[in-house]
Amino acid sequence: MKIRQKRLMFIVAGVLGVGVAAWLVLNALKKNVSLYFTPTQVMNKEAPQGRSFRIGGLVEAGSLQREKDGLSVKFIITDTVKSMPVIYKGILPDLFKEGKGVVAQGKMEADGVMHADEVLAKHDENYMPPEAKDALQRAQVAMSGVAAASAITVVK
Amino acid sequence: MAINWFKYSAPSTFYGLAGRLVPWFAVPAAVLFVIGLYIGFFVAPKDAVQGEAYRIIFIHVPASILSMFLYLVMAGYAALGLIFNTRLSSMMATALAPTGALFAFISLWTGALWGKPMWGAWWVWDARLTSELILLFLYFGFIALHASIDDPRRADRAAALLAIVGSVNVPIIYFSVKWWNTLHQGSTIKFSGTSMHVAMQQSMFTLLLACWLYAVAVTLVRVRSIILERERNTLWVSELKEVGL
Repeated sequence: MKIRQKRLMFIVAGVLGVGVAAWLVLNALKKNVSLYFTPTQVMNKEAPQGRSFRIGGLVEAGSLQREKDGLSVKFIITDTVKSMPVIYKGILPDLFKEGKGVVAQGKMEADGVMHADEVLAKHDENYMPPEAKDALQRAQVAMSGVAAASAITVVK
Repeated sequence: MAINWFKYSAPSTFYGLAGRLVPWFAVPAAVLFVIGLYIGFFVAPKDAVQGEAYRIIFIHVPASILSMFLYLVMAGYAALGLIFNTRLSSMMATALAPTGALFAFISLWTGALWGKPMWGAWWVWDARLTSELILLFLYFGFIALHASIDDPRRADRAAALLAIVGSVNVPIIYFSVKWWNTLHQGSTIKFSGTSMHVAMQQSMFTLLLACWLYAVAVTLVRVRSIILERERNTLWVSELKEVGL
């Protein structure tokens, strides 16, 4: 074996070794690397008790309530399986909307409500002009109409 | 026609070739920057969710892609330098590092500018942002380690090891949004297609090409000065017109 082939083998083996080590470390730290817990994880008591953590999911449609002071809000974060109420006092990001992604940081109190001191909006990776979005929504409504109609005919 | 690659692995022949190649990359880069920015600002429509602010993506995504891509190229050259003991490969790795660091910095900087109005925070310690920050530190580490050793050949070997070990970070950056819960959204450009309006794509990919051409051009210019600096005591350098005594 030539010296340069030996060096190549050494480098390949080294990169593989470091890669495996990194994979093991990241796997062990999996919980800590993730930015937030889902409501399901919180219900399963996987989230830290008695100290601050982040919870992420969607703002449940129709759950947003503004308090009289104009600054406090109550809403429910859901992962469509489990959901959790959140209270927050402060300015919400512009993209905060019902049905959209959100990450809230705070402490879970004894009443089962998260008292958040930071609320961040999470948006998705799709970019399109407003007209395209409208068309998409209309198509979805039409599709659900078709689905409902076919459901009715099946029932008949 | 077969190209004799070994001929151009000699710094003395590559010096001239690099000089002739520079305008072929620099001029298209400048033209494509103008075209890409024009499409981005005047042709691409506003986004349904984010309005006008999303337009920073046209800089943010090309810079991020190149920061990762250039790191792999740099590590590749560093590995070639170690394996074949070629001086030019190591010089190329050294020449790539500042440009890669620049793109990593632009990626983090535009990301912060984008994150504040959209997410509500300049910075969060999520896996995507943190691993990109580590990439910037790896570039800094490579440059600093190389600069701290006086003998250039020893510096090449030490920095090459750092570059090769650090390349493990690149797939972590790429897959971070898949493997963990992050505030950063998933990839827009996927192997299965791109979830983006056509004019937006045109701007983003034009600027990606422009950034790549720019990176090649400045790397070639930089490697020429590195060659001159390291070979300053050789006969061929002293015979160069532009050196003159």
